[in-house]
Amino acid sequence: MSNLLNLSSSPHVRDKSSTKSIMWDVFLALMPATIFGAWNFGLKAVILIVACIATCVLTEYIWQKAMKLPLTVSDGSAALTGLLLALNLSATFPVWMAIVGSVFAIIIVKQLFGGLGQNFMNPALGARCFLMVSFAGQMTSFTYDGVTGATPLAQIKNGVTDPSLCAGKSDLLDMFLGTIGGTIGETSTIALLIGAAYLLARKVITWRIPVIYIATFAIFALIFGEQDVMYLAKELCGGGLVLGAFFMATDYVTSPITPKGQIVFAVLLGVLTGIFRIFGASAEGVSYAIIISNLLVPLIENVTIPTPFGKEGIKDGK
Amino acid sequence: MNTCMERLKNGIITENPTFVMMLGMCPTLAVTSSAINGLGMGLTTTAVLVLSNLFISLLRNVIPDKVRIPGFIVVVASFVTMIQLLLKAYIPFLDQALGVYIPLIVVNCIILGRAEAYASKNGPVASIFDGIGMGLGFTFGLTCIGICREILGAGAIFGKTFIPDDFHITFFVLAPGAFLVLAFLTALQNKLKMPSATNVEGDDSLSCGGNCAGCTGCGAVANKGIIEAERAAAKAAAAQAAKEKAAAAKAAKEAAAKASADKSE
Repeated sequence: MSNLLNLSSSPHVRDKSSTKSIMWDVFLALMPATIFGAWNFGLKAVILIVACIATCVLTEYIWQKAMKLPLTVSDGSAALTGLLLALNLSATFPVWMAIVGSVFAIIIVKQLFGGLGQNFMNPALGARCFLMVSFAGQMTSFTYDGVTGATPLAQIKNGVTDPSLCAGKSDLLDMFLGTIGGTIGETSTIALLIGAAYLLARKVITWRIPVIYIATFAIFALIFGEQDVMYLAKELCGGGLVLGAFFMATDYVTSPITPKGQIVFAVLLGVLTGIFRIFGASAEGVSYAIIISNLLVPLIENVTIPTPFGKEGIKDGK
Repeated sequence: MNTCMERLKNGIITENPTFVMMLGMCPTLAVTSSAINGLGMGLTTTAVLVLSNLFISLLRNVIPDKVRIPGFIVVVASFVTMIQLLLKAYIPFLDQALGVYIPLIVVNCIILGRAEAYASKNGPVASIFDGIGMGLGFTFGLTCIGICREILGAGAIFGKTFIPDDFHITFFVLAPGAFLVLAFLTALQNKLKMPSATNVEGDDSLSCGGNCAGCTGCGAVANKGIIEAERAAAKAAAAQAAKEKAAAAKAAKEAAAKASADKSE
């Protein structure tokens, strides 16, 4: 009898989506940017992407085998971490360093805190920041078409206007299409937006975090940066803002679950990114903004717990 | 003599200040970027700890209870000043490497903690050995962390480079690396030493209940004996109960047999 009756507490939601389907949706949504990155940067980028994904999956498999944990490799979260990490690296980044970063992402950021659903920050971004601190030189060396130079974002930051000093071109159209120097996945805004549209259409992510994040950053940049439309457009298209806003800030595990909390989280992200980009020492600040905000998510959720229906107007249970 | 050896073992292994008691975290995380810095900091602290333990133990009946903390601080600060001047005179490179962390030994939790917990209640000889044990335990912890960080971050041990520049992971020389190495070494020593949820099957085998989140560190070792005695008593009681049950069952069976015999009759 007990096999026939399934008892569970509310909410009684029926849905076909699972961890696996969501992970593969995000994976698919990243494909335009990945393919563009592979075309833009060539074989080196492909090797880096394959190495990161393979290391992440293998590390998770070995760790779960060794620790006698249930195997969760097939849910695709490790593969997604690998892909996101690779998209956050420069194409000329040494492969062995990328492998060290992948192991760091899976073991230290994810598995030591209890695996998927327990990680306190985005594993791919945690690893990116680890690599940034460890190998600053290799992480910020960008080559495009055989020319090594600053990214368009760094040129804006340093006030460089001489096009011969940059890797590739730095027109707004190039920045939008992605034919510029940068990390493998961040350059092409249009490819990222196609993927983001797919995720929004599939209802894998909501508009709240990315849109409010980018809007807050735009307002911050207008107030504290230059009051110029061209400058603003370049700030929005350049760097990892779009990649971070749509694909990494929206990570289910490390973003707030409450609608109000998501708004607070997104505003915080926008302000932090603005502070890091405009007042900070380096041109890019998206990854640090996201992992710092990730750490504040439990606090944000704590103060934005929604009131249950029927309890409105009743204060402190009185 | 027995007390002295026990004090040494207590300081270095059972209640290691770095890995078990988690005291003196500020110098532990800040100065261990290389093995020699860790060793230097550890030995400097040891010297201060031994001298302050000795003098606080000697003065323990003189210092009024109400103002004991200021009293301890004055004693500790005097020795720190002396040691700092000696370091400046004879080992200037260490003085420069450790910088502000030498004056900060005054407020190191280990020194004040040992003064409060041990030296102010025990005799001078035992207090000296307590200081040596705790100091060496601290030195051991700091040197281990320093060696790990130096190998990973700078490819060297005690300044001798053996890994080429390209393979240095700068992360480990910086602050986050200190936290990570400390966490890994603490986990390792817990795995090897402490009976905890990580190396003992089942929660009931732990005196602390296996609740690692609320673990205070050394509690599990301290009352292990009591728990084991309790467990033995429970086992004996269970055996006794089983025996009685068996006897009762036997009696019931006999009674039943007798009843059936009576019936057949």
